[in-house]
Amino acid sequence: MAKAGEVKVIGGWPSPFVMRPRIALNLKGVEYELLEEKFGAKSELLLRSNPVHKKIPVFLHADRPVCESLIIVQYIDETWPSTGPSILPSDPYDRATARFWAAYIDEKWFPSMTGIARAQGEEAKKAAIDQVVEGLFLLEDAFGKISKGKPFFGGDTIGFLDIALGCFLGWLRVTEKTHGLKLLDEAKVPGLAKWAERFCADDAVKGVMPETEKLAEFAKLIMAKFKAPPPQ
Amino acid sequence: MADEVILLDFWPSMFGMRCRIALAEKGVKYEYKEEDLRNKSDLLLRMNPIHKKIPVLVHNGKPVCESLVILHYIDEVWSDKCPLLPSDPYQRAQARFWADYIDKKFYDLGRKLWTTKGEEQEAAKKELIDSLKLLEGELGDKPFYGGEKLGFLDIALVPFYTWFYAYETFGNFSIEAECPKLIAWTKRCLEIENVSKSLVEPQKVYDFVLQLKKALGIE
Repeated sequence: MAKAGEVKVIGGWPSPFVMRPRIALNLKGVEYELLEEKFGAKSELLLRSNPVHKKIPVFLHADRPVCESLIIVQYIDETWPSTGPSILPSDPYDRATARFWAAYIDEKWFPSMTGIARAQGEEAKKAAIDQVVEGLFLLEDAFGKISKGKPFFGGDTIGFLDIALGCFLGWLRVTEKTHGLKLLDEAKVPGLAKWAERFCADDAVKGVMPETEKLAEFAKLIMAKFKAPPPQ
Repeated sequence: MADEVILLDFWPSMFGMRCRIALAEKGVKYEYKEEDLRNKSDLLLRMNPIHKKIPVLVHNGKPVCESLVILHYIDEVWSDKCPLLPSDPYQRAQARFWADYIDKKFYDLGRKLWTTKGEEQEAAKKELIDSLKLLEGELGDKPFYGGEKLGFLDIALVPFYTWFYAYETFGNFSIEAECPKLIAWTKRCLEIENVSKSLVEPQKVYDFVLQLKKALGIE
C-alpha cells in the first residue's frame, strides 16, 4: 500500500504521455501527488530525476524515479498487482499484441498526427492527413480483433492499449477542430469512435483528460512560440 | 503438442541476434529462416504486414513482431528456466528503460557513421560515444547488466558489438579506448556459448556494410 506522499508524478496537464501513468494510478486506486511542470522551464527535480531525456512524465515511488510513460504504466501494474484491474492482459500473446500496437502508436501513429500541424503546404498536409486516417483504419481493425466485442482493448475494463491510444484523444480533437477535419469518423471507424466515448467517460480518465477548448488554446500558445520565421 | 517456433531473421541484424540469444538461453528448438530483404517472402509480408520487417517470431502460426516485444514474449512463455527480466518491478523498469534508450539511439547513430561524412558524421560519432559511456556507467561493477547472469539488457545490447568494428572503421575511432569496461563486458558475454553462437563475426558485418554502401551509392 502506498504511504501518503510516497507516489508522485512529475508532469504537465496538456501532455498525453503524462496522462498515461495518471490513468493507471486511477485504475489502481493509488493516491498520488501531481507535480506540475511549468511549460518552457524544467525544474531541478525533473532534471535530476530524468537526466537522460529530461522529459515528463517521471514517476517517483519513494523518491525512486521511473521514466518513459509506457514503462511507468507497466511498473504501476507490477507494483500494485492485486489492487484494481490488471492493466496488461494475462496471456503472453495478448500482452505481445498490446505492446506491439502501443509501440506502433508511439513510433508511427502519433508522429503522423503531429505531422498534420507541421506539414508545409496543402499537398503535404493532405499526405499527412491520409497517413493518420490509414493508421486509424489499422487501429479500427485491431480494435475489432483485440476487444472481441467487449467495450475496451483491455476487455471489460481499460487496459494497456486503451491507455496508450486513449491519451491522444484530446490532441486528436484539437487537430480536428484546428484543421476542420473529422478523423474519428463514426462512418469510417465506428468501433473506435464509440470506444473513444466510453474511454473519455470512464472514471479513471474523466479527471485527467483535458478539455478540448483549453488544449486548443494551449496549442496556439506553443505554435506561436515555435513558429518558423516568415520567408523573406 | 509440440511447439512450432520459426524465427524470420536476417543474419547481420542486431535485432534478430537478440531473439537468437533469448531462444538459445531458454533452450527453445526453432527453425531459423533467412530473409532476403530485397525480396521479402510471402510469409514475412503475411506475418508482419504493418512494418514488413524482421525479426518476427512465429509461434504455432501466430506472429510476434518487434525485438523487445519478442524478448518479453519468450521470457513469459518459456518461464520455467532462465528468467531474462529481473523479478523486482523497479529493476524491470530500469532494464526496460535502458533497452528503450538503446533503441532510440544506437541504430540511427550507427547508421550515420557509415552513411555520412564530415560534420554530420563527427556529431553522430560524439553522440554515439556519449551514449555508450552512459550504458557503460549503468553497468558499474556488475559482471552483467542482469547481475551475476546474462539478462534482458545484456541481450538487448550485446548484438551491437558485432557492428562496432564497422562503426570504428568508418568513424575512425576506437570504442575500446572510449569504453574499456563495456568491451570487457562484451568479452564476458562472448564466453557464454549461447551468445557466441548467436552473434555473427564483426568482419563479416563490415564486409556487408561495404557492399551495402556500394549498392546504395554511398561513397
